[in-house]
Amino acid sequence: MGKTFSEKILGRKAGKPVCAGEVVTVSPDRVLSHDNTAAIIKEFEKLGVDRVKSPDKLIIILDHVVPAAAEKYALNHKNIREFVAAQGLKHFFDVSHGICHQVLSEEGFALPGALILGADSHTPSYGALGAFSAGIGRSEVASVWATDEIWLRVPETIRIEMSGRLQAGVSAKDVILHLIGREGADRANYMAVEYAGGAAGEFSIGSRLVFCNMAAEMGAKNGYFVPDEKTLEYLRDRARGDFDGIESDADADYAAVLTLDLGTVGPQVACPHTVDNVVPIEKVRGIPFQQALIGTCTNGRLEDLETAARIFKGRRVHPGVRVLVIPASRREYLAALRSGALEIFAEAGCLILNPGCGPCLGAHQGILAPGETALSTANRNFKGRMGSRESEIYLASPATVAASAVAGYITDPREYL
Amino acid sequence: MKRAKVWKYGDNVNTDVIFPGKYTYAVMEPEEMARHALEDLDPEFASRVESGEYIAAGKNFGCGSSREQAATCLKAAGVRAIIAVSFARIFFRNAINQGLPVIQCPEAVAALADGDVIAVDFIEGEIRTPQGNFPFARLPKSVLGILDAGGLIAYTKRRLEAEKIKS
Repeated sequence: MGKTFSEKILGRKAGKPVCAGEVVTVSPDRVLSHDNTAAIIKEFEKLGVDRVKSPDKLIIILDHVVPAAAEKYALNHKNIREFVAAQGLKHFFDVSHGICHQVLSEEGFALPGALILGADSHTPSYGALGAFSAGIGRSEVASVWATDEIWLRVPETIRIEMSGRLQAGVSAKDVILHLIGREGADRANYMAVEYAGGAAGEFSIGSRLVFCNMAAEMGAKNGYFVPDEKTLEYLRDRARGDFDGIESDADADYAAVLTLDLGTVGPQVACPHTVDNVVPIEKVRGIPFQQALIGTCTNGRLEDLETAARIFKGRRVHPGVRVLVIPASRREYLAALRSGALEIFAEAGCLILNPGCGPCLGAHQGILAPGETALSTANRNFKGRMGSRESEIYLASPATVAASAVAGYITDPREYL
Repeated sequence: MKRAKVWKYGDNVNTDVIFPGKYTYAVMEPEEMARHALEDLDPEFASRVESGEYIAAGKNFGCGSSREQAATCLKAAGVRAIIAVSFARIFFRNAINQGLPVIQCPEAVAALADGDVIAVDFIEGEIRTPQGNFPFARLPKSVLGILDAGGLIAYTKRRLEAEKIKS
């Protein structure tokens, strides 16, 4: 019996062949943390060691509340900067860079075959580039800083075979929302999700990041696309170091093989308050909302911004709606500035904010009041996530959010193409 | 064995309702975290829960954000253990790393009602309820070591000290 990508990379790291279900002790290639680094430092200091064991593996990116929205956040950031200087950490990205998952990818740290751990639940994103990446907690990051190792259970794998072609006005976000709705929020708990089949290779790196980012909302430990020409092209001028991609064997043992014809998927919306509460757009058409969010680590890249901009071009945001546009990183911001997308947003009446997580996690920049509703391109719609526990969040694609922001209620973007 | 009350909840209790995101980078001390435990699911929980009580819940408990405070705040609020149909992966790790026992036992969850008084025998691996006793699979030894130490930080500290003495 052959092996899956996850079995192979964790076996390579463990120095022996391993199978799903085994527990291995491994040393990661990269360890990510963000604003929570301040809390991790406090845990690290309890361990009785002075130095981080492998400082060059650490990547610290400030993104969750940037720039600091209050004194507490400012103090956290200051403590992190002092720690970075004291430990001589090389890979520190201060508040001006963008969301950790986008920055880590575009800076060339996410490489095929790499093992990346992060103190953030959307760490599975880097499977888009063929890495094995999984989220862990704060105590674990502190412990890895000190010991350079961690125990991981080798996950079983669900393979999703995609075929067919996307309809116009439908994107990766609609496909992954459809899958999460169909399979459930815990379908892939503890497992890897491998996106495969002829149609998988058609997706851009940006779209692959959407799929792997949202794998977390199926409960997955990690997501994965086979590295291909698009991966190599993306990494050409940015890869930090050599890499050796890994593919699943043709006769690998999968926990399940699911199929999906992309041509059958229309625009999808996840309704409050769970990500698997997904319906076709027709079912929620007409629902009014007050705030739209276009951005986040899920959908804040140039392709997302340009999709939204094409809809806003020559149109105006509905007077009853506030539209927040938050590019995922400074590089994506600059690309959208040069492409003219930002000008279209401003002309249409959108509010363009600095790269970062923004209101996605309800800490600042557009908190919802009781009774308010948001339509967002983010990855979570849990109760109270963007502010009041009496508010509601619907999730959709950039095209759906843009078209709906013009209409003033949730609507089908295919009428705005 | 101490008997204590069960707080019963449903499926997919996520980390945002256990510990809202607005506090994640602003509230740093466990005692203060405890005051916000389960705030967006059951606003009365934090003020009414007593030390040693249990939570029973459906599938996928702790899904969502990796925030470890979701485990820290429940532990600091006095929760003795969480019994669930299943746990989300990162929460499962975080709970153990905070020294908070997690018990996967769908049969017990199905039988339990909110307010039931139960006892848990961690050595035998059994939940004693008014509806009968339910055995559960104990955690692997390596993981129990982390729980026994009171969490991962204490466990790692002990390990590093032992290595230092050896060398």
